[in-house]
Amino acid sequence: MDLKIASASASAEERDAVDSLLGAAPETFQGGDRNLEGLRVARGGESLRQLRHLLLPTLHQVNDRVGHISRGAINYISQRLDVAPAEIYGVATFYALFDTKERPATQVHVCVDLACRAMSGCKENDLPDGAVASPCLGACERAPAVLVIETGVNVRSELLAPASRQQISQLVAGKHAPDEQPISHGAPQTPNRDLVLLSRIGVVDPRSIDDYIANNGFAALKKALKIGPEQVLTEVTNSGLVGRGGAAFPTGRKWAAVAAQPVKTRYLICNADESEPGTFKDRVLLEGDPFALVESMVIAAFATQCHHGYIYLRGEYPRAMRNITNAVEISRQKNFLGSNILGSGFDFDITIFKGAGAYICGEETAIFNSIEGYRGEPRNKPPFPVEVGLFGKPTVVNNVETLFNILPIINDSGEKYSAWGSTGSKGKKLFCVSGAVEKPGVYEVTFGATLRDLIHLAGGVKRGSKLQAVLLGGAAGGYVGPDELDLELTLEAARQAGTTLGSGVIMVLDESVDMVDQLQRIAAFFRDESCGQCVPCRVGTVRQQEALARLVESSGTDRAKIDLQLLRDLGQVMRDASICGLGQTAHNAIDSALTRLKVFST
Amino acid sequence: MTTQVTTGLKVRKSVDLTIDGQAVTALEGATLLEVCRANGKEIPTLCYGDTITPKNACRVCMVELEGSRTLVPSCSRKVEPGMNVKTDTERTRHSRRLVLELLGSSVDLSLTKNVDKWNDNYGANPSRFGAPSFHHDDRDDAVTGHHHQPDGKTAETVHQPVKIDNALYVRDYSKCILCYQCVDACGEQWQNTFAIATAGRGFDARISTEFAVDLTDSACVYCGNCIQVCPTGALMFTSEFEMREAGTWRENDQTQTDTICPFCGVGCSLTLHVQDNEIVKVTSPSDHSVTHGNLCIKGRFGFQHVQNTKPTD
Repeated sequence: MDLKIASASASAEERDAVDSLLGAAPETFQGGDRNLEGLRVARGGESLRQLRHLLLPTLHQVNDRVGHISRGAINYISQRLDVAPAEIYGVATFYALFDTKERPATQVHVCVDLACRAMSGCKENDLPDGAVASPCLGACERAPAVLVIETGVNVRSELLAPASRQQISQLVAGKHAPDEQPISHGAPQTPNRDLVLLSRIGVVDPRSIDDYIANNGFAALKKALKIGPEQVLTEVTNSGLVGRGGAAFPTGRKWAAVAAQPVKTRYLICNADESEPGTFKDRVLLEGDPFALVESMVIAAFATQCHHGYIYLRGEYPRAMRNITNAVEISRQKNFLGSNILGSGFDFDITIFKGAGAYICGEETAIFNSIEGYRGEPRNKPPFPVEVGLFGKPTVVNNVETLFNILPIINDSGEKYSAWGSTGSKGKKLFCVSGAVEKPGVYEVTFGATLRDLIHLAGGVKRGSKLQAVLLGGAAGGYVGPDELDLELTLEAARQAGTTLGSGVIMVLDESVDMVDQLQRIAAFFRDESCGQCVPCRVGTVRQQEALARLVESSGTDRAKIDLQLLRDLGQVMRDASICGLGQTAHNAIDSALTRLKVFST
Repeated sequence: MTTQVTTGLKVRKSVDLTIDGQAVTALEGATLLEVCRANGKEIPTLCYGDTITPKNACRVCMVELEGSRTLVPSCSRKVEPGMNVKTDTERTRHSRRLVLELLGSSVDLSLTKNVDKWNDNYGANPSRFGAPSFHHDDRDDAVTGHHHQPDGKTAETVHQPVKIDNALYVRDYSKCILCYQCVDACGEQWQNTFAIATAGRGFDARISTEFAVDLTDSACVYCGNCIQVCPTGALMFTSEFEMREAGTWRENDQTQTDTICPFCGVGCSLTLHVQDNEIVKVTSPSDHSVTHGNLCIKGRFGFQHVQNTKPTD
């Protein structure tokens, strides 16, 4: 491409950061040394442009090294990847973890989201100086949470919780962040080998493959390789497993659709961009049992005959990143990944892809654009990912928890798995219980447990607290009142009750929580996280937030009636006309609060 | 009944579907919008342009499709056999009304065609979200994932100062509905220049050069193909902008004359817009099989010599 590069040039540090991923610049036109020969020949073209999927990782390298992304850095990346500076700027400004303006080397992102603010965390307007407000950091069981990124050659990031205001101020002032706490904090039922999905959490050393193998690790893979891809597919279909990311699509059907594609280049993506406020199950799984994800991905790839997979992990999970990176590397060394896996003739490898602060990238088509080096905007469907997905090829996208369920299905059988649960909801389910309970954390239950059972498992409502409401399914989910605790947590019962399980969030709010503040936070969240592509969501989320701000003042007056009608109108257009699930669900929780909890009604 | 129609070398099957209860036959590959319009249905469009692949971003052309949980964008949804489509229902009217209100309350649509008519048609009242707010002129400095807190009174807008950084055209992003057409025309669909892209996210998403530098520092080649596709007047010839400012722009008094660009051998078609015997802007017919409305800097802006006046600097 005919790039026009302005005069700003990258610093030595920035160049080094880029080169650490892409290698040294080979020639003049790619930003290398000027020499006569190089000026006469421009290589590149198609082969260079095929490197665009390295754009986001390269931006990460620069941001990790110098803390922000400068004009010079963008110019250099532009030459290296043959992508125009304006496009790179468009991508860099899409993500909240990046900044195109200079900022301090240490970045302190303080969670101001639902669970943290319910647990006396910070709010947007009362942050310690120098700290930055962040949407849910997925450490709700230890709220309030803070993510520290110490940029530099030895970049280091830690997700710390609970974090006091004083601690946050010290971090901003440059105090080194301590290491994170042990993982078992995230799952109070563990260690317990009788659990199915959490059986190894707190039991094995998540960094040791030997430990994993000694605890039934890779048994399912060996069995899968023996029974063949068709049989694996049959077992998964028979199991009745549906996706655990929130949409509850039958996994077997998704796999079968990809397996049936005539196109042979296919991709498997593990969606670990867990960003739904109140959700932290995937983090606990990845931190505590990362080899299980590798194993289940190999099985999924085998069944659908994909030869390359991606784990799209949100950038706010540093320990999950360390542990899964380690697991992938070791698995590759031990031939559980790579070519001719365990002598089966099957080839499959995994690339770990780090998100950069964008809830929308958990949308299954936005994830494709993000990996391909474009802005993480959802695509129009149809065509569906099983036909046209990543790089235009058939693609399976599965959530982390969904993939974890593959192991018991293969180890036993689909039929046995489907014996667990209710008529419409099969198997085991993880719930993320947070807020005003004695023992917040990830809990595993068989489908069919009630909301009351889950709260009871979590030690009950905190002593001295009175239950006000429960948020099910996260910001895209809905509230239920204290009179609805007998709700059976199955897909069909939730649907019938007009609510949703979503990503398995159970956020328990006691009477000390200001519901209006919670609703305003939800509105702010969707406004911040909307990609901006379609009008109903881009402007609708702003108007929704403004209407709530007006209602704070006008509750009970005639103006309030107008604003409540306005909210309903906005909800309908977002649900009916938004491109993707973000806009379609951006009014759900607010709607449930207005109708079920009677917030703002007088 | 399935018939086959041969157009050129391609064989296109015909597809039977139902629109508003009426059986309709369309060619495979056609969009619902094309079929609806061919059958006399009036469907509003804002971000749709006839030379750019639809981005289906504005969502004003939504129609109801049986079996679909949400409405579907008619501009990009292709016909399928057996589809049952409704173009005028309570849901479609609601969506169109709200989209018109949401855009009308946040963007200056004064130069967007048909908006008044559609507002009447769908009962849209963009002022119901409160008085427009003009206090945030710093859209180029927006921080991703953060926003100005609403003040509980006004409705935020995309208002910002007009960008005047070159002699040929201005960018008034207060009028931008983010249809993406200029980005696609500048980038991969036509010009392959990539001087502009969408930056930022959510309500702060905006069309921008890298770091919002002036066009003169960007990769812009002044082909003006972005102006050609802009549906809202956000991108405008400087000549038109200045005449509008001076109150001398009289579109009804203008003539349009098609001619051939004199500069090179390609022979692109030009449409000269003339007022008071002066060329005031140049477009190109979008249905021309060679140019599809695209020109280069010479055809688009190199018309002063015709009038033999001193070019502005």
